[in-house]
Amino acid sequence: MSLELNAITKSFGALIANDGINLAVNDGEIHAILGENGAGKSTLMNIVYGLLQPDSGEIKVDGKVVTINEPSDALAVGIGMVHQHFMLIPVFTVLENIVLGHENTSKVGKLKLHEARERLMKIANEFGFEIDPDAYVENLPVGVQQRVEILKALVYEAKVLILDEPTAVLTPQETDELIEVMKRLRAQGTSIIFISHKLREVKAVADRITVIRRGKVVATAQPSASQEELAALMVGRPVNLMPDKNPPKVGAPILVVKDLEILDPSGRALVSDVDFEVCAGEVLAIAGVQGNGQSELAEAMVNLQSHVRGSITVGGVEIVGKSVHESLHEGIAFVPESRELNGLIGSFSIAENLILDTHREAPYTKGFALSPKAVAIRGEEQAKEFDIRYQSIQDPVSSLSGGNKQKVVVARELSRPVKLVVASQPTRGLDVGSIEFVHERILAERDAGRAVLLFSTELDEVVALADRIAVMYAGKILAIVDATVSREELGLLMAGVKK
Amino acid sequence: MVFSNTQKRQLRLIAVVLLLLVVELWEFGFAKASSNKTTFGFLLGKEWVIIHEWVIQSTTGSKIFSGIGILAAVLGIFLVRSNKSPLPGTAIAGFSLLMSFLCWAANGKFIPMTGLLQGSLMLAVPLIFGSMSGLLCERSGVINIAIEGQLLAGAFASGVIASLTHKTTWGLLVAPLAGALISLLLATFAIKFSVDQVILGFVLNVLVIGLTDFLYKKLLIPYSSTWNTGPSFARLEIPILGKLPIVGPIFFNQTIIVYLMYAIVALISFSLFKTKWGLRTRAIGEHPEAADSVGIDVNKLRFRNVILAGLVSGLGGAYFTVGSVGSFSKEMTAGAGFIALAALIFGKWTPMGAVTAGLLFGFADNLSGTLSIIGVSIPSEFMLMVPYIATIIAVSGLVGRVRAPAADGVPYSRGSH
Ligand SMILES: Nc1ncnc2c1ncn2[C@@H]1O[C@H](COP(=O)(O)OP(=O)(O)OP(=O)(O)O)[C@@H](O)[C@H]1O
Ligand SMILES: [Mg+2]
Repeated sequence: MSLELNAITKSFGALIANDGINLAVNDGEIHAILGENGAGKSTLMNIVYGLLQPDSGEIKVDGKVVTINEPSDALAVGIGMVHQHFMLIPVFTVLENIVLGHENTSKVGKLKLHEARERLMKIANEFGFEIDPDAYVENLPVGVQQRVEILKALVYEAKVLILDEPTAVLTPQETDELIEVMKRLRAQGTSIIFISHKLREVKAVADRITVIRRGKVVATAQPSASQEELAALMVGRPVNLMPDKNPPKVGAPILVVKDLEILDPSGRALVSDVDFEVCAGEVLAIAGVQGNGQSELAEAMVNLQSHVRGSITVGGVEIVGKSVHESLHEGIAFVPESRELNGLIGSFSIAENLILDTHREAPYTKGFALSPKAVAIRGEEQAKEFDIRYQSIQDPVSSLSGGNKQKVVVARELSRPVKLVVASQPTRGLDVGSIEFVHERILAERDAGRAVLLFSTELDEVVALADRIAVMYAGKILAIVDATVSREELGLLMAGVKK
Repeated sequence: MVFSNTQKRQLRLIAVVLLLLVVELWEFGFAKASSNKTTFGFLLGKEWVIIHEWVIQSTTGSKIFSGIGILAAVLGIFLVRSNKSPLPGTAIAGFSLLMSFLCWAANGKFIPMTGLLQGSLMLAVPLIFGSMSGLLCERSGVINIAIEGQLLAGAFASGVIASLTHKTTWGLLVAPLAGALISLLLATFAIKFSVDQVILGFVLNVLVIGLTDFLYKKLLIPYSSTWNTGPSFARLEIPILGKLPIVGPIFFNQTIIVYLMYAIVALISFSLFKTKWGLRTRAIGEHPEAADSVGIDVNKLRFRNVILAGLVSGLGGAYFTVGSVGSFSKEMTAGAGFIALAALIFGKWTPMGAVTAGLLFGFADNLSGTLSIIGVSIPSEFMLMVPYIATIIAVSGLVGRVRAPAADGVPYSRGSH
């Protein structure tokens, strides 16, 4: 099925998020959309899917103009979408999430899940997805949740599938699997709109590329273009994809972790026998396939985990057993893995989110009261420094685009004098320009003599930033290697193979 | 051995019950020995008889029940240790705790057990109606504080209409409409205009209380013979079931409104988990964006469910008038709507949980009444309090952390991410 967008315009107040966008997606084509954070990609897709109404412009499906007022209209013409933020109900099972909105019922109105279950299993098998239809979504790792989202679209035979940054939360292996799935769908004649900030993937899978900047289509490109060319088209200036790294000036150990064990509430060990040190002026990256204990380890650094044994010292002070507030106060900056869950308060303003950690201090608090003016001034400064694109600093942070939300978290955490920076997936969802910026900031922290503990499932990122790499597997640190290690060896270690 | 949080909670509950049992054993069984007898009656109407009554020496009764309770509590601990549900143990222990207390409290007196339970159900009826109303709203993501107002409106409308028409049926038909009218206001302002739902519900309660008070004073008192002398439903014994010993008179010799309540509870429990409507209702209460993205009209369904909820609690209101005394009196719901809300929360937003909590509250209420009538030497205010505290302990021990529907009270509009 082909999809054509003609002169789509959409503004939010004074901000023109989409400015006369034209886009044509051919039958059985994978069409990638590239653009900076806040360029208007999600807005455009939400318009196609009926979640937003354009101010003007038309949508054509197979050459005929269609009106899409509701997601149900989009579904009816065969448009399916996997949203940037999952649209799954956490307390429902996989199967319930799949049938929601398309329920079959018996005469007395009882749900009939049988057919849907068979259909789900058939399609899952076809694509080699392993999935338990009766598992509760909230208990599934993000990679599997992503699969559920895709299955949702596949079960209802989407002819045009919109994937809005589907790979942002996936591990490299999961990404490879997704790319295979996309290729198979294309072979079956499904058209796919693929949004991603990862140029490597876009080049690997796209047939054509459209680049959007500040709400306008600025270029179309072929996947044969180099990553540097694509990056420059997106950002409007040359981007340095591999940050320049000074040789490390390693100082005394700042973070010392000894005999660390983290248990889940039922007493099972999630992380065990973990020992390592991070010195001033170096970046230690913890690499590994998601779900091998990295998330828990990262959270333990600021006591977000409740069953921790062993010792974590920062600058000689024991952290284990302290409150989160006290741990941060020992001089830790913490960029959490999930900005939505642990990094931001969605209904608070951008400015307020930028001072969440320091709101008790002057000049933000005077006596008992918060000083909104000081908060706003600080917010604007930081937003400028970190290039956060917003309309008003008083808007709720939830109105920002995904990447800009991430920048708010990074900006807050990297603007405090600290001894240790713990960053979990710090560039998740960021565009290449912003990644360059965040990477430079992290290296600047390192060069300023801070210890940096980086958790990343992105091999590129690990290799670009790390001085040493610790690979986690099954809750243990399998090996700590020098950053000059080959990618092959790193890949093997991440799969649990130790030479 | 490491216990999970749930197991820890279960153990804490058993420990508290165990402690109380030991105190009872000592206090009632030994310290305050008395030679009086306690009589439990099990007969109420014309049901088939198994036992008439049961007489036991009060001190012996306390000892026996405390003993059984302690054994049951120990059994509960073993069940937890072997990773099984301790429910059989805790249930028996809790029951023994109560019986041991009754043996002591009613020494030398007569406790009508069947009557006590029947009365509990009667007090629980409005609570259950109210909590079902709350359930329908909150599962769809709208907070309903206005249950009290809906009950009261239902009671008023049914009382007045039954009195004017001399027909209970008309009273019964009008009550749900009155509740739905309050719901219409709630839904319009909460869903269409995103007004804060807690404040809105509060205002609606004040509105209904004020309005009914006013009409009561100006109309129902001066012209009471036309406006406020409604008929009420007679009890309807269900053949055979109504004759069962103990359960018969409690559950199957009630008015039509109580039977309607059974039907509503059954219907809601089934529909919420087994039908398309239920799936969608739970979806919009948890993650409206996700529901919207698969083509569900979130606000329309919310609107409908809030109206349905009003029908249910309005009907519950009829229980106060045509369901029992016939006439309306000022603020006669006396906070039942708020207790219903508590029952909903303690019941973890599940139909069966809410019903159980409603029954417990009804029992608590009735027990204190019964005990003060037979003249127990404990201040009745204290008696009124204890069962609620016991319920809170039991509920926090049994159900654990309570989680409201994620989008409860959050208005939905598109594009606000
Ligand atoms: N509901 C809204 N109200 C106000 N502004 C909005 C709203 N939705 C989006 N915007 C703004 O529109 C712009 C485009 O946002 P959009 O989410 O489409 O960006 P994006 O290209 O998907 O970015 P990212 O790569 O970070 O996901 C942003 O500046 C965002 O702040
Ligand atoms: Mg986006």
